[in-house]
Amino acid sequence: MSGSIWTIRGRLDRRLYLAIAIASFIFWLLLWSAVTGLGLIDPLFLPGPLSVLNRFVIWLGSGDLLSDAGISCFRVLGGFLLSAVMALPLGLVIGAFRPVRAFCEPLLEFARYLPAVAFVPVVLLWVGIGEGSKIAVIWLGTFFQMVIMLSEDVARVPMPQIEAARTLGASNGEVVSLVLLRSAMPLMFDTLRITLGWAWTYLVVAELVAANNGLGYAILKAQRFLQTDRIFVGIIVIGVIGLATDQFLRWMHRKLYPWAGGRGA
Amino acid sequence: MSDKLVVQGVGKSFAGFKALDDISFSVAPGEFVALVGASGCGKSTLLRIVAGLETASQGDILVDGKPITGPGRDRAMVFQDYSLYPWLTVLENIRFSQRLAGNVCGETSREAENALERSLLLLELMGLERVRDSHPNVLSGGMRQRVAIARALLSKPALLLMDEPFGALDAQTREVMHDLILHILALEKGTILFVTHDVEEAVYLADRVIVLAPGPGRIDSVWKIDLPPALDRTQDLKLAPEFLAVERQIVGRIRATSGIQSDLKALKRLTGATSSRA
Repeated sequence: MSGSIWTIRGRLDRRLYLAIAIASFIFWLLLWSAVTGLGLIDPLFLPGPLSVLNRFVIWLGSGDLLSDAGISCFRVLGGFLLSAVMALPLGLVIGAFRPVRAFCEPLLEFARYLPAVAFVPVVLLWVGIGEGSKIAVIWLGTFFQMVIMLSEDVARVPMPQIEAARTLGASNGEVVSLVLLRSAMPLMFDTLRITLGWAWTYLVVAELVAANNGLGYAILKAQRFLQTDRIFVGIIVIGVIGLATDQFLRWMHRKLYPWAGGRGA
Repeated sequence: MSDKLVVQGVGKSFAGFKALDDISFSVAPGEFVALVGASGCGKSTLLRIVAGLETASQGDILVDGKPITGPGRDRAMVFQDYSLYPWLTVLENIRFSQRLAGNVCGETSREAENALERSLLLLELMGLERVRDSHPNVLSGGMRQRVAIARALLSKPALLLMDEPFGALDAQTREVMHDLILHILALEKGTILFVTHDVEEAVYLADRVIVLAPGPGRIDSVWKIDLPPALDRTQDLKLAPEFLAVERQIVGRIRATSGIQSDLKALKRLTGATSSRA
């Protein structure tokens, strides 16, 4: 029975895989249409796909959707880049030097379990309600996880790569810049890709609390006016942006590091 | 001629556990010395101490009469696996040491040219020309080890250290590598300290085989191997009676010092118990 598609971890023809994936998408869409079309659920709770699509076209036509999506993307990117710029060098030295790890790890492990969302009031107090507060919330949500994951990526560089460099006469600095950084890069790229997804979660949190534009704010405002279809458009747009960037980064990973088999590949 | 490497009363303890005790031996220039022994005898630890990757708890290591203080270019090391840089091509891997400040400093353009010439020569010698611009992930295990050896040889180390370099290869590839390394050493006149668990490999390659015994790691016996010069050795030699005799004796020493014996009485009790139940 090794030819069966039900063999555990067995093979599946790529075309068949794609067919099942598309069928799955259609199945959920049909289920959604059926449930709403047959009037099984009040459209106030779950609007049908057509009314969501309709709302999408209207929202897009008004120009607000693009500007909301734009400002949200800017905030996510800002918070994410701020995290990345700080976490990359820190993760590298933590992964490379034991004493730095010993110094940073207790604080990081503690900070990792602090609920970033609970910091929102205090962030507003510290940073105010401008753009800074949204970026700060995203930073709080992603930075600590990022540092820990990046340091793990560096710690995963095979020891023989490091020791070979040392026996060839490399200094500590050369081992870090010519071996650790280069060797861990594909894994670190993957880590950044994964944390970028989390940044969107914290964006919505930040915009729900203190914003007057952006996708998260639009969702909150739609809730006030009981525009459930608008809420759904907002959620789906965030999902599509997230999926598109993720696929783009996976593609970039394959182009940049053809010599490595990434975690996400 | 004075010794290339002198190991003087070297001992090593890890957190109260004595891994090596009072090891002394020396290696002459151009000599090939193999370290063999039962697992846990500390042969790899000893090699790593010579490389400067670990520090000895007691004793001294002298290379060309000077005590070592850490890893250095004079002692290149070849590891069992995973030591190549997957983001670099084969040629870039071989030339890796040229990127390091210690090698570039004060280097004239003529020296740089010589280094490039030497890397191309090593590439040819190792039969790697066809894959010079490939990345290690597409190479076979044997090819990867050839790259690692070429990389170690590039800066003409005083001492080449090899830690079970062919341990991850299949038997056929290993034999090819044996002849290759013998030919290269005959041309390069290198001095080698080689760790292996394969006694046949040790006897075939080395001028001298040092048997280490475990608990704590110490020298059990030293065997001088009298084989024809490197270039004249062939695989048939491994079937010669003299070769097999030495190999058997060394294997006997390792077995005697390993402390592992099958207890026939216990075995009989075990089989007796199962048969009585059946």
